[in-house]
Amino acid sequence: MIPKADPSQETLVLNMGPQHPATHGVLRIVLKLDGEYVLQAIPVIGYGHRMHEKMAEVRTYPGFYANVGRMDYAGALSFGHGHVLAVERLAGIEVPPRAEYIRVITTELNRIASHLLWFGACLLDLGAFTPILYSFDDREYCLDLLEHVTGARITFSYFRIGGVSRDLDDHFIEGTKEFIKRLRGRFDTYDKLVTGNIIFRKRNEDVGVISRDMALKYGATGPVIRGSGVPYDVRRAEPYSLYPEFDFEIPTRPEGDSMARYLVRMAEMEQSLRIVEQALARLPEGPVMAKVPKKLKVGPGDTVQAVEAARGQLDYYLVGDGTDKPYRLKIRPPSYSNLSLLQELAEGVLLSDLVAIGGSLDLVIPEIDR
Amino acid sequence: MINYFKEIFAGLWTLLVGLKLTARYAVAPTVTCHYPYQTLPITPNFRGHTDLVIDPETASDKCIVCMMCENTCPSQCIEVIGEKPEGSKKKVLTAYRLDFTKCSLCGNCVEVCPTSALEYSGDYQLAGYSRHEFHFELLERLRGRVKAQGIVPRPKPAPPEGGAEAEAKPRKVRPKAEEAPAASLEPKGEEAPKAEAKPGE
Ligand code: SF4
Ligand code: SF4
Repeated sequence: MIPKADPSQETLVLNMGPQHPATHGVLRIVLKLDGEYVLQAIPVIGYGHRMHEKMAEVRTYPGFYANVGRMDYAGALSFGHGHVLAVERLAGIEVPPRAEYIRVITTELNRIASHLLWFGACLLDLGAFTPILYSFDDREYCLDLLEHVTGARITFSYFRIGGVSRDLDDHFIEGTKEFIKRLRGRFDTYDKLVTGNIIFRKRNEDVGVISRDMALKYGATGPVIRGSGVPYDVRRAEPYSLYPEFDFEIPTRPEGDSMARYLVRMAEMEQSLRIVEQALARLPEGPVMAKVPKKLKVGPGDTVQAVEAARGQLDYYLVGDGTDKPYRLKIRPPSYSNLSLLQELAEGVLLSDLVAIGGSLDLVIPEIDR
Repeated sequence: MINYFKEIFAGLWTLLVGLKLTARYAVAPTVTCHYPYQTLPITPNFRGHTDLVIDPETASDKCIVCMMCENTCPSQCIEVIGEKPEGSKKKVLTAYRLDFTKCSLCGNCVEVCPTSALEYSGDYQLAGYSRHEFHFELLERLRGRVKAQGIVPRPKPAPPEGGAEAEAKPRKVRPKAEEAPAASLEPKGEEAPKAEAKPGE
C-alpha cells in the first residue's frame, strides 16, 4: 500500500509525521509527490495505540471511566458522557435531573473549548499565528471554569456512573454567564481577524471539497458532514440526555469545502452557548448522584449509545455479562471515518492545501488509535 | 486586469483590519502571567496527587488501613502498609506509597475512603529528574507537613465520665467505616474547599 520511491519517475515519497505539527498528533501521512502536487496520500495510524478497549475488559466500570477522557484530549467530557450513559442504560440507573443538566452544561462548554483549540490549531497550520493567541485566551477562561468544577483542565474525569462527582457552585454559574457574554463579543473579533481575511479565504475556499455523497459514503459525521450540507447531528437524530428539551439549530453549509467546515464550527460554538444558557436558566435543585451499588454489576445484555462529540458521532457498544467488568466495549470514534476521507480528497491537491484540509477535518489521533 | 487590482486592494484592506485589531490589543493591559515570578491562584478544587488528611486530634493520619483505596485503584499505584501494634485490635498505618507515575488521577481512592483520610493536594509544580521522584510516601509527607505547620495533637474535649473513654476513639471511627459503603459514592461537594490550597509556593 505504501508507495515506494521509483527512481525512473520524477516522484518523491515524503513522510509527513508521525511528529509533525500539522498532523495534530502522531499521525503519519505517506505522500507521493510530483513537484508540489500530491499524487497519493496514505494515512498510517497506530502510533498512539494504548489498547483502551482491551483495558475496559480488565477494569471495573468506574475504574475504566478515567480512560475515556484520554482518548480525545480536546473534548474529554463528551467521551465520558457516552460511557456513563451506556453503562447507566444497561444497568438501569436513573440519574437525578440536576446531574444531567450539569453534564449538558459542562459537555457543551467542553465542546466550545475543543472548537476554540481547533480554531487556533487550524489557523496555525496555515501559518497564521495571531488567532491561536486570541482563541487560547478564551479557551483558558473556559478551562478555568471547568477546572473549578472538575478539578482538572484536560482529563476531567468528572462524570460518575449515576451522576457527577461534584456539584456546581455560584462561582461556576456566575463565571459561565460572564463567559457566554464575553465569547459572544469575541466572535466579532474572530470574524474580523479571520473569516474576512482574503488570504484565509483563498486558502480555504474550494479546497478539499467533500460532496454530499462522498461524505455519506465514508460515514463522515460531525462538522465534516454538516459542512457538506447534511443536517445530521446525533443530538437531534438520536436524542439522548436532555437535548430534546433545548432549543438550538444544526448549522449546515452546502459548499463542502474547508471554508464550509470552518463556518459550521464557528456557528456551532454559538449554538453551544445557547444550550448552556438555557440549561443554566433551568438548572433544578436536588442531588447530583444516584444511589449506585458499591460493586456495580451490569448485564447480561448489550447496548449502543451514540453521542455527539466535538468531532462527530461517537458510539459505545457495550456488552455486559453480569459481572463488574464489561465483556466487551467497542468504541467508534468520529475522527476515524473523517480521516478515511483524506486519501480520496488529497489526490491532485497542492501540498499546502493538504495541510488546510487536514486542519479543517479537525483530527484527534488518540481517539482513532485508542 | 480590474480583478487583479481589486484583489490587491481587498488584500490590503483585510490586512489593515487585522492590524487595527492587533494595534488595539497591543496597548490593552497584558494578560500574560510571568510564570516563575508570578503564579495564578488555583482553584481549591484542583485535583492534584492524593495526600493524607491530617487529623487535628492526633496530628496524624485518619487511615484505618481498610485497603479500600488500594483495591479500587484502577492503576494499582497505591500500596497501603499497616501493622497491628502489640495489644491493639486496630491496625495502624506504617506506610502509604503512591506511585504517581502510574496514577490516572481518577479520584476513585478519595471518594471510596470511608474515613475521608485522603484528599487532593494542590501541588501542580511537579518536576523531577527521574521517575523515583514521583514515588511518594504519603505518611512521610504528612509528618513533614505536621512539623512544618507546627500542629500539635488537640486533646479531645473531656467526656463526662472520663476513664474508660480513653479507648473510645478508635471505636468512634468504626461506625463510619460501616456506613460508608452506601455513602462513599456520594459526591464530596460540600467538602470541596480542601485544606489549604497552595497557589504555588
Ligand atoms: S481507603 Fe482510606 S482508610 Fe482505607 S486504607 Fe485507604 S486511606 Fe486508609
Ligand atoms: S486517583 Fe485513581 S489512579 Fe490515582 S491513586 Fe487514586 S485511585 Fe489510583
